[in-house]
Amino acid sequence: MSVDVLDPPAGAPASAAGPPVPAARRRAAARSRSLARTARRLSGLVIVLAAWQAGASAGLLGSTTPSPAQVVAAAGRLVESGELAANLGVSLLRVLKGLAIGLSAGLVLGLAAGLARLGEDLVDAPVQAVRMLPHLALVPLFIIWFGIGETSKVSLIAVGVVFPLYINVFHGIRGVDERLVESARSCGVGRFGLITKVVLPGALPQILVGLRQALGVAWLSLVVAEQSATSAGIGYLINQATQFMRTDEVFVVLVVYALLGLATDLLVRAVERRALAWRRGLVAR
Amino acid sequence: MTVTLHEGVRVRGLSRSFGDRTVLDRVDLDIAPGEFVALLGASGSGKSTLLRALGGLDPQAGGDLGLPDRKAVVYQEHRLLPWARVWKNVVLGVKGPDLKARAVAALTEVGLKDRAEAWPLTLSGGESQRVALARALVRTPQLLLLDEPFGALDALTRMKAQELVADLWAEHRPAVLLVTHDVEEALLLADRALLLADGRLAEEITVDLPRPRALDHPDFVALRRRLLSGLGVEKENR
Ligand SMILES: Nc1ncnc2c1ncn2[C@@H]1O[C@H](COP(=O)(O)OP(=O)(O)OP(=O)(O)O)[C@@H](O)[C@H]1O
Ligand SMILES: [Mg+2]
Repeated sequence: MSVDVLDPPAGAPASAAGPPVPAARRRAAARSRSLARTARRLSGLVIVLAAWQAGASAGLLGSTTPSPAQVVAAAGRLVESGELAANLGVSLLRVLKGLAIGLSAGLVLGLAAGLARLGEDLVDAPVQAVRMLPHLALVPLFIIWFGIGETSKVSLIAVGVVFPLYINVFHGIRGVDERLVESARSCGVGRFGLITKVVLPGALPQILVGLRQALGVAWLSLVVAEQSATSAGIGYLINQATQFMRTDEVFVVLVVYALLGLATDLLVRAVERRALAWRRGLVAR
Repeated sequence: MTVTLHEGVRVRGLSRSFGDRTVLDRVDLDIAPGEFVALLGASGSGKSTLLRALGGLDPQAGGDLGLPDRKAVVYQEHRLLPWARVWKNVVLGVKGPDLKARAVAALTEVGLKDRAEAWPLTLSGGESQRVALARALVRTPQLLLLDEPFGALDALTRMKAQELVADLWAEHRPAVLLVTHDVEEALLLADRALLLADGRLAEEITVDLPRPRALDHPDFVALRRRLLSGLGVEKENR
């Protein structure tokens, strides 16, 4: 592929030489270029799917690999029976609860450590020590502590989410340009204003990176939490399917996981586009 | 000790050290209301340290500081908040009604009325510095502290910015302390030029030239030579 990070951005004129192109024509050309790009990307996906379908129909992939058509059919059945929606609802609720707790804790701890020396001394060392522990290793302990019900699952997600957000909030705050703080102070901005107008907006790009990482961890934690002893949720769905050797349904759930990850990523990107609009000036030049 | 003066600046025995290194050693400085003073000195001689103390930004500076209430600082870099629109940057920290109108009025004075809604990252270096000037102006300062505000600009833009500062000063008449490396800039703008060396104000030169000033005025050339020799540059190519 000829497009490469070193090439000028797509919107920029290719070269100064050559006859001037009217703006409307240039815009139309840019639009058709981006359409062509989307088509190219989709064509890759289509080729993979077609090869998969052909391989499965020809029996090359073995009896345990369903074809795309079978996966779609299984998805249709699961949607129609309401099983998918019900279990997805349970899982989403778990993730939302875990995120609500974990993100709040990560944010509060990060703010405390980032904004005050006392907070850093109290919070940072213990958090850094605990962070070294892969939180998924806590599953057995949480089952002993909280039982096999919702509490242990939600806790696992919450604990996993705290650290990526904490680290990024803390470093985002510490990375804010000291000179901007001084000049805002010389403009008469008070302590509270310094935090809301200078420190937090300056830390926001890094905080959003933390949010994105935290959401990734949340899905991963959900998968692990729902692997053992569960009677509802998309993890339960995949367990059931495995027991009855329904690989088509297993694939459906895998696709659902992928779509959930994609959806949250798009969400964060939309938030970034709005909240970091001031950076667009940088990109446009 | 900091005392609020309503007239100009009166500093006695200003000292500041970093570790065991004394950067400012009992400096005395007076600036009359409406006076334009330039401060020169070698790199690292403590000019910015002095300016920060006058801005009330250095709690560790010792001595008696008699300073006016309303002060404003413009730095070598513009220090605009990239996430706030230009006009919001101008009225940052200002309280009261009609903030936007006041911001636009200040931006008009520096010729940037049309960029009020722009993001700072879309401005050129010279435009950013003019916004920083507007941000200082909107506070109607009694003391304006300028720390090499044009140091990063190209020669042509710098000349325009100097002209702008001269005009704004003539109109609003704040007391000004301008830190600069540029001898000509000091002589074009200031009533008085001070030389900082070894932690003291080593020399004071009154610039008694009619305004607007021309670089080829015979007195200008003589003053320039005096300042340069004060800075330790004896042999300059003329
Ligand atoms: N926060 C600080 N900690 C330690 N030393 C400092 C600090 N700030 C300034 N200094 C030292 O004080 C001296 C004077 O610094 P200052 O910034 O005032 O110099 P300056 O005259 O403005 O120089 P320049 O013309 O290069 O801007 C320098 O040697 C510098 O290293
Ligand atoms: Mg300096």
